[in-house]
Amino acid sequence: MAASLRALRRRIRSTRSTKKIFSAQELIAGARIVRAQARVEASQPYAREITRVLSALAGSASLDHPLLSERPEPKRVAVLVITSDRGFAGSYNVNVLRRTEELLGLLRNEGKEPLVYVIGRKGETYYRFRDRPIEDSWTGFSEQPSYENAQEVGRTLIDAFTAGEDDADGDGGADGILGVDELHIVYTEFRSLLAQVPVAKRMAPLVVEEVDELGDGDGDGAASGQDQSGRSSEVPTSYEFEPSAEALLDALLPKYVTTRIYAALLESAASESASRRRAMKSASDNAEELAKNLSRQANQARQAGITQEISEIVGGADALVSSSSDY
Amino acid sequence: MATLQVELVAVEKMIWSGEASMVIARTTEGELGVLPGHAPLLGELAPGGVVRIRPESGDDLVVAAHGGFLSVTERGVSILAETAEISTDIDVERAREALRRAEQAGDDPEALAAARRAQSRLRAAGQDA
Repeated sequence: MAASLRALRRRIRSTRSTKKIFSAQELIAGARIVRAQARVEASQPYAREITRVLSALAGSASLDHPLLSERPEPKRVAVLVITSDRGFAGSYNVNVLRRTEELLGLLRNEGKEPLVYVIGRKGETYYRFRDRPIEDSWTGFSEQPSYENAQEVGRTLIDAFTAGEDDADGDGGADGILGVDELHIVYTEFRSLLAQVPVAKRMAPLVVEEVDELGDGDGDGAASGQDQSGRSSEVPTSYEFEPSAEALLDALLPKYVTTRIYAALLESAASESASRRRAMKSASDNAEELAKNLSRQANQARQAGITQEISEIVGGADALVSSSSDY
Repeated sequence: MATLQVELVAVEKMIWSGEASMVIARTTEGELGVLPGHAPLLGELAPGGVVRIRPESGDDLVVAAHGGFLSVTERGVSILAETAEISTDIDVERAREALRRAEQAGDDPEALAAARRAQSRLRAAGQDA
């Protein structure tokens, strides 16, 4: 009896100390969400402006740009997956990876060959464990992404996309590099503190309608975006361009893609922290519950031990009394 | 007098917004001044460029803007930049150091871009680059 009591006490102690870790993680994640949300907010003016500028350009320039035109027979397709670097985030990574698998299946059914680009250590481990090829991966910034990270990722993807322009069947074409014909991104959209939804979107070729739709999708950018398009349809503004509209489009589109990657990174970071906080909250609640049950058991065991000792003493005394009276 | 509504936005945050009487910038085509009532215009800022925003009163606001665009509409002027710093926030020593490092790093595009960023910072701070 005494041994099991000791074991119970040990379990209570360890449950309590893990609970401390969980609640610390919960607090950290909570603070991070606030910061991540502020960064999403802060990045919106730029996203809004660049969308506006692009819409203005799209209205004026001829839309003949590799990033805008559909390729006749898309063969190889890049899929960028944004996962987290650390675990302890509940179903965050599972959800985004499941969404990716769906997309990969869909692309394969369409006869395309998907290539996986991964952000985040968890995603990397997932594919490496299953022995599946990863085209490229970046780690170390999933919680606090900076614009440089997005630029790095964007450069790689846009290079691959540009290289894919002249590819013939299974051969690199004029530049000898096998590129890709489409760019997709899978990330976790931060709807609210309670709802984070994994979404898959196509980044390139861009669809012009998508440019408008994007203005709406940008949260509070929606109002001013619509307001702007409403106004420009009344009075079609004719812009002067410096340099030419085509050269501007050339410079702007890659930046636009990078901005979208950056926005996806920020949203994913916010979602990651929100998932982590929720997971850590239920973990610390469970630990609390477990500790409570265990201490109840420990008390029972202690009580049972005392009762047994008393009855042993009483029994012993009785035996002594009866043996001495026999004498 | 009419004023321009100016917004200066970098990728990570809105840097400055307010009224101004004139904006001077350099696009890839050349130096350009924008006064109220300017025709709508879209321009690409020259790499390593400096943008001056002249408020109605007081000193010019000098900004090192890198990798950006200038958009003039009837509503005002917006300057989009990948990185932007107001001259008073620029640490001259650090910018000089960055320039030295970038120049030593050689010819790859990363180093060139870093050098241009450092140059524009120095220029905005009123130093020789």
